[in-house]
Amino acid sequence: MHFGVITFPGSNCDQDMIYTLETTLGQKVSTLWHKDSELGDIDVVVLPGGFSYGDYLRSGAIARFSPIMQSVIEFANKGGWVIGVCNGFQILCETGLLPGALMHNSSHRFICKNVELKAVSKKNAISAGLTQEQTYTIPIAHGEGKYFVDSDTLEQMEANDQILFRYCNAEGVVDESSNPNGSLDNIAGVSNAGHNVIGMMPHPERAADANLKNEDGVALFRSFIQRAGKVG
Amino acid sequence: MKFKAEIDIMPLKALLDPQGKTVTSNMTNVGIQGVEDVRIGKHVQMSLEAGSLEEAKAKVEEACKKLLANPIMESFTFEVIAE
Repeated sequence: MHFGVITFPGSNCDQDMIYTLETTLGQKVSTLWHKDSELGDIDVVVLPGGFSYGDYLRSGAIARFSPIMQSVIEFANKGGWVIGVCNGFQILCETGLLPGALMHNSSHRFICKNVELKAVSKKNAISAGLTQEQTYTIPIAHGEGKYFVDSDTLEQMEANDQILFRYCNAEGVVDESSNPNGSLDNIAGVSNAGHNVIGMMPHPERAADANLKNEDGVALFRSFIQRAGKVG
Repeated sequence: MKFKAEIDIMPLKALLDPQGKTVTSNMTNVGIQGVEDVRIGKHVQMSLEAGSLEEAKAKVEEACKKLLANPIMESFTFEVIAE
């Protein structure tokens, strides 16, 4: 597949994402700049992690008005694949492409550590290929990652299989003690109703190389490429 | 005409404000007793040009809705005065 990775001023996970997609997964990658207005001939647009525009006002609030975001919105509305990780997830929520918002962590601290994830949606490309028999160890690194959405929307999202990942413990139990940031129902990642826009706070691209002693993130990308590649 | 807007953006009442909670619980540490609740938001001052007070208010409202506040987690109030 052909991925386009956007760099915003303050993005700091763009190179990790490019390395993972290109070197680990052998995919074609184009780099995109926030001032670009054309996405080019890509199948998937990726909004990487970081601190776009210094996280001023709210995380992702200013980046959503970058020139390239209008093209991302049009691309998504036509059914194009969009993946946002961490700050990318925050931008997609601020843009309205994903439901909900990312608030300050309950602890009000920046949290940087490995967490366990349980794959939830059996429909979404990024989680459908994952097994329920294990948890996936993926790092988080955020100050504003507490997912919140109103109860009516949450109900629709549950019914439509839009919850992608939940924080859990090593045994796969989803409970309060395994919730790092106070997210509603331990939600770590969601999709839109059309299942083509994906957002998650944990960083799979930071867990995708043997040198890092953790390659759990590769399974997420493989699941996505195998399924999205067929349709796209 | 020139106008000045004073805008308050607060976390929605229904939501936990962890920053406010932390400050509340630390009031006793600085020797201040009896503080029951603190909620922390943002205050924005904006200077703007508009043809009338109504137009100025409409511009400020639009700025709040489109950029300054996220209605999923924040509410806003504002006052606009002619300078």
